[in-house]
Amino acid sequence: MADVDITSQTMDGMGPHGTKVGLLRVLGPAHVWALGVGIVLVGEYMGWNFAVGKGGAYAALIACWFAGILYSCVAMIDSEVTSTVASAGGQYTQAKHIIGPLMAFNVGLYLVFAYTMLEAANAITAGYLFSVVAQMTGHAGDLDQRPFIILVIMFLAWLNYRGVLATLTFNLVITAIAFCAIIILFLSTSGVLGGGIMEHAALFEGHELPYGWIGVLAAMHFGLWYYLGIEGTTQAAEEVRSPARSLPFGTLAGIMTLLIAATLTWFMCSGVLPWEYLGDGVNGSVAPLFDTARLSGSTGLLWLLGFGTLFATLASANGCINDASRAWFAMGRDKYLPGWFGAVHPRYRTPYRSIVFLVPIALIFALGAPLDQVITFSILSGLLGYTFMPLNIILFRRKWPLDTIKRGYEHPFHPIPAITLLAICSITFFAVFLGYGTQLVAMIGFYIVVSLWFHFWRYRFVNRGAQFTMPWPKPRGY
Amino acid sequence: MAHYVPPKQGKASQLFDVIVLVVLTVGALFVPLWLGMAGAAKTVAAPVTEPTWEALGQNAAQAAKYEALGYTPESAHDLILARFDYSFSAGALLTMIAVILLYYFLILRFSEMEYREVISEKFGE
Repeated sequence: MADVDITSQTMDGMGPHGTKVGLLRVLGPAHVWALGVGIVLVGEYMGWNFAVGKGGAYAALIACWFAGILYSCVAMIDSEVTSTVASAGGQYTQAKHIIGPLMAFNVGLYLVFAYTMLEAANAITAGYLFSVVAQMTGHAGDLDQRPFIILVIMFLAWLNYRGVLATLTFNLVITAIAFCAIIILFLSTSGVLGGGIMEHAALFEGHELPYGWIGVLAAMHFGLWYYLGIEGTTQAAEEVRSPARSLPFGTLAGIMTLLIAATLTWFMCSGVLPWEYLGDGVNGSVAPLFDTARLSGSTGLLWLLGFGTLFATLASANGCINDASRAWFAMGRDKYLPGWFGAVHPRYRTPYRSIVFLVPIALIFALGAPLDQVITFSILSGLLGYTFMPLNIILFRRKWPLDTIKRGYEHPFHPIPAITLLAICSITFFAVFLGYGTQLVAMIGFYIVVSLWFHFWRYRFVNRGAQFTMPWPKPRGY
Repeated sequence: MAHYVPPKQGKASQLFDVIVLVVLTVGALFVPLWLGMAGAAKTVAAPVTEPTWEALGQNAAQAAKYEALGYTPESAHDLILARFDYSFSAGALLTMIAVILLYYFLILRFSEMEYREVISEKFGE
C-alpha cells in the first residue's frame, strides 16, 4: 500500500504548478460543516417550495426524501474520494486525476456555475427581504432592491478576498443562528411548546396530488434545492488542517443536519401555507419560513425568521463565493483557464483574482434573470455534477483498488450508492424536462460547445503529465 | 512519450478566451429567455369569471389562510388556478435523452484520449 500523506504541503498540487505561495491550512471540521450547511441551509429558507408548485405538498415531501437519498450517496462518495484527493477544486481535481482533463474542465464549470447562480439567487432573496422589511417598517411604495443585491455580493466578495478563516468563521456563526431559528420555529408552531398552528389535513384537502404522480416526478427538479451545495465541502480541502478526518466528518455531519432541517421545513410550511401560495416562489411565497412566521402571529418569531432568512442567504452566498473562486482558481492554476487566475494573494493567501472576476458574473444573473430561472441554471449544473460522481467512484475503485491507496474514509456498500445516485439523477433529468426542457437542452448545448472549445483549442496550453499532482501509483489498466 | 511543451499564451489571447467563456455562459441562460423559449410558464386553463373561495376550490381553512396573507378571491385567482402543462411529445423526450447521451459520450471519449496522454507522460510508457 502506498503511504500517502494527503496533508502534505508540497504534494497536494501546489508545487508542480509553480505557485510560490499556497492557500493557508487553518480550517477545522466545524468550518467544513459551516461551509457545507452554510451554502445549503438557504435552500430551506427559499427555493425548495418551487417543488410544491410543480407537484403539490406531498410531492415536495417525497422529493425531499428522494433528494435526501441522492445527497446521502453524494456525501458518501465525495467523502471517500476527497479524503484522498485533498486539493482545492474539489470534484474538479478528482475528475482530473480519475477520468481525464475534459471531464475535469466540465466539472470545474459545473461547480463554478452551480455556486455562482446560487450566489445570485441568494442575493435576489436578500434584496426581496430588505424590501419586505422596508414595507413592514412603514416605507411607502416599492423599494428598489438592486442596491441591496449589489451590496450583498460586493461585501461578501470583499470578506472572501480578505481571508478564508474569517470568512468561514463568519459562516459558522450565522449558519448556526439560521439553523437554530428553524428549530425554534418548529418548537413554537408545531405544538411542542404551547399551542400548535399546523393544519395539514385541512390545507391538503382536495389538493393531495394536484398533478397526479407525474407531479411527484416533476417535483424532484426543485427537490434538489433542499440540499444543493453540500458537496462544496470538498473545496476547502487545501485549507483544512486535517483533510482525511475533517472532510468526511464535516460532510457527513452536514448532510445529517440538512435532512433534519429539510423535513422540519416541509412540515412547518405545508401545515401553515396553502400549497398554491407556497409553491409559487415568484408571485407567492418567496421566503416560506419567513411567511410561516408571519402567520404565527408572533412578532418575536417574525424577526427571528427574518434574521434567519437574511443570515442563511448571506452564509450561502458567502460559501458560494468561496467555492466558485476555488474551482476557478484551480482551473487557472492548471491553465485550463488563463493562468492569470491561478494566483494567490501574497498577504491574505486567497485566490483573489478569481474572487474578483466572478463578482460581475454573479451580478449579471442576480440583476437580470428571474429567480426560478437562476435556480434552474444552478440545479442543472449541480445535477450534471452528481451524474459525474457515480462514474468517478466506479473508476476510482477500479483504477486504484482499496489496497493501493490509503483512504481517510471508505464508503460502504459500493457500488450500491453509485447505482442509486445514477438512477435518481436520471429521474431528476426527466423532472427538469417537465416544464424546463428548453433550459435543459440549452444548458447541455452550452457544455457541448465549451467542451469542443476546450478540447480543440484551450487544452494546447496545458502541461500534460504535470496535471497529475497526486502521489499515487500508476492507475490499473494504463 | 516525448514531453509535451505547451505554447506560451499571450495576454490578449488569455483575455479573448475569458470573453468567449463569459459570452457563452450568459448566452446559455439569457438566449432562451430573450427568445421566449424558457419554460415554466404556468397558465390558467379555465378562468373563473366571478371568483369566490368556493369557486376557486378552497375550503374554509384554506380561504382563511389566504385572507391572513392579504388576498381576496380576485387577487388570488391566478395564483390558485395557474398550472404547469406537463404534456410532452415522445420526440422531445427522445431528443433530450439523445442530447444528454451525446454529451456524456463526447466528454468521456475525449477525456480518455487526453487521460492516456497524461498517464503516459507522468508514469512513462
